[in-house]
Amino acid sequence: MTWADLSLIAPELALAAAACAALLQDAWATGPALESRSRGPAAAWIALGGVCAALLLLGVRPAGAAQVGFAGMYVRDGITRVVDLAALAAAGLGVMLSPPYLERFRLPAGEYHALLLLSTAGAMLMGASRNLVLLFLGLEMLSFPLYVLAALARRSRRSQEAGLKYLLLGAFATAFFVYGVALVYGASGTADLSRLGRAPDVPLLHAGVAFLVIGLGFEAALVPFHAWAPDVYEGAPMPATAFMSVIAKVGAFAGLLRLFPQALPQLAPAWGQMLAAIAVATMILGNLAALAQSNVKRLLAYSGVAHAGYILIGIASGGPAGSSAVLYYLLVYVAMNLGAFGVLLLLERRGEEADRVEDLAGLLGRAPWAAVVLAACMVSLAGLPPTAGFIAKLYLFRAALQDHRVALALVGALTSVVSVYYYLRVASVALSAGAADAVAVRHSRFAGVGLALAAAGVLWLGIVPGAITALVQQAVQALR
Amino acid sequence: MPALTHYLVLSALLFCLGLFAVVTRRNGVAILMGIELMLNAANVNLVAFNKFAAPGAMQGQVFALIVITLAACEAAVGLALVLAAYRSLETVYVDEINVMKW
Amino acid sequence: MEAVLFGITAVLALAGGVGVVAARQPVHSALALLLVLLSLAVDYLLLAAQFIAALQVIVYAGAIVVLFVFIIMLLHTRSGEGPRAGAGLPRAGAGVLCGLFGLALLALAAGVRETAPPPAPGFGTIQDVGRALFGRYLLPFEAASALLLIGMVGAVALGKRLRPAGDPSPGRPQAPPAGGPARAR
Repeated sequence: MTWADLSLIAPELALAAAACAALLQDAWATGPALESRSRGPAAAWIALGGVCAALLLLGVRPAGAAQVGFAGMYVRDGITRVVDLAALAAAGLGVMLSPPYLERFRLPAGEYHALLLLSTAGAMLMGASRNLVLLFLGLEMLSFPLYVLAALARRSRRSQEAGLKYLLLGAFATAFFVYGVALVYGASGTADLSRLGRAPDVPLLHAGVAFLVIGLGFEAALVPFHAWAPDVYEGAPMPATAFMSVIAKVGAFAGLLRLFPQALPQLAPAWGQMLAAIAVATMILGNLAALAQSNVKRLLAYSGVAHAGYILIGIASGGPAGSSAVLYYLLVYVAMNLGAFGVLLLLERRGEEADRVEDLAGLLGRAPWAAVVLAACMVSLAGLPPTAGFIAKLYLFRAALQDHRVALALVGALTSVVSVYYYLRVASVALSAGAADAVAVRHSRFAGVGLALAAAGVLWLGIVPGAITALVQQAVQALR
Repeated sequence: MPALTHYLVLSALLFCLGLFAVVTRRNGVAILMGIELMLNAANVNLVAFNKFAAPGAMQGQVFALIVITLAACEAAVGLALVLAAYRSLETVYVDEINVMKW
Repeated sequence: MEAVLFGITAVLALAGGVGVVAARQPVHSALALLLVLLSLAVDYLLLAAQFIAALQVIVYAGAIVVLFVFIIMLLHTRSGEGPRAGAGLPRAGAGVLCGLFGLALLALAAGVRETAPPPAPGFGTIQDVGRALFGRYLLPFEAASALLLIGMVGAVALGKRLRPAGDPSPGRPQAPPAGGPARAR
């Protein structure tokens, strides 16, 4: 290990250091008491400082040729850069949107922020892995904090249930992933992703890749591995749900990008079909199930399933166009999904989460800005112009058409039309007159800034997508 | 002298037993044990492949070490969750844990 | 000699696996799991993986199974496998599915040929593993330490007692954590 190696992982190190600092601060402020007493936003400030430091360290590194470190384990290239950006955006917004909620529901702030930062570092490691060992560790670093975050509301039965279900199913998927790594290793004699391309095309390799897809597909909530999503989204405390909904997708699709278009291009004919079939099933099931939901968290869970299907279009299409579309979509998804959850986090119904659609009624009258942000995010999730969701879907469908997968683009477009109904239903309730009188709106400057940033991202990426488009296209230049 | 195939067969059978345990058992603790079985099956594969298919580097054995670490972590968090769920839901049976529809 | 040893340990491991699946008492499942882990440790020795074998005994059999037994004792009042409530797959269906899955894996295993020459003497010693772990695999090693930190934070955050005020479930007395395994007879 050299200083050059260490400087490569500087953003991850900054997050880990901030996580330890948040834990220590919490321990210091709590003393011997059973439960954390530090209700102030100190942990949030530390976490935010860590995220900003990581962004700064990411920014000062010149974008250029790929740099490989740690004896070929870790690569910092364009894809790493965009994945890091998406993960850090998720962490930053997640930290900014949650303090009012944490305070109201007495969640332990130190543990919450430490786990959030470590989970982000895990997603970043997945995006930078050049070896199955590191990909696996990134996946575990990503998912373990999410299990704990889901169960963090100790006084809520639903939260306990969500955490237990998430952990049992997640560990089950992990076992498949490990077995897949073993089979791929046996077939190719190496765990090095850059050397998998020369592996012989034997059944063992295909079986191993199938097991890897199960592990990553679980994290991304692809059909048929999505069964955990609605219950876990509904039961987990809402800030955890919001963060989990985006960071799991970022990590899982970063892993799929490293695996499919990059490491195993020789399997593209066989696996393109398979992934396309999964994408079609995911889009159809996610959107149809979302139509019937009256709980906003469950609705967003199925919407997350549907969006996983859309993003998988880019992986199935492969090539530079598909990969850059995936990266663009991940950035957009972070902004729009966290924006939507951020508005819900401001609401409270008689000491509980306001998670029913009708709780949003009359939001325009009481918190006009929040209602507008929610509407913008819903329009973007539905994929309508002039928001970022439209451009992102356009890139994905264009990549599918370039790869002659017309059916895939067609199913994507049709299911998007279906999704307009349920997204705009939420938006219209929020913009309608009348009021759900049991619902209170909590104002918070911290969360307000986060919401403004998310909304700005949704509009900026939708109206002037040029800069980010150039960034993601530059990121995938090495893929041919 | 046992060959690679023998180890792979042992591992495949163990994996299936673990799978069966996870799918059929209702007790959260027993499900975690099934998952441990599956992880062990993968470890047998990794170590066997390391000796028979790629003896040049220690990738398989190092990965097996990391899987053992993971298993320890999983047992700690998993059992803490089972305990916490038992305290608030008063059951360890996953099919009785259904405040929300499963 | 090696073949005989492998045969014995494989049979023991599979018997233990069946025990984990079939035992009605969780304690019996845990003991069967212990049998599996110890038999596999012998197999690791046959596979020239001494360090893994040692860790298998110390960490897996020593720490993880003890943790399982401890939790089973803590939940003693209701942890048997009671009558099924109808949820989940029926055992027969699950058995058929797992059997088919296993046949596919076995077919896969039968098609595998050894491709490499036998390893050099000294392969798999603790020096070898240590050099790999702190050389090429330094970053995964560090990431694993972060994973352990997460596990620790998670276990403490989920396991510690809450202040009774506002607790919806009646506070139940908790066994003291110290000396747990020794007390769990």
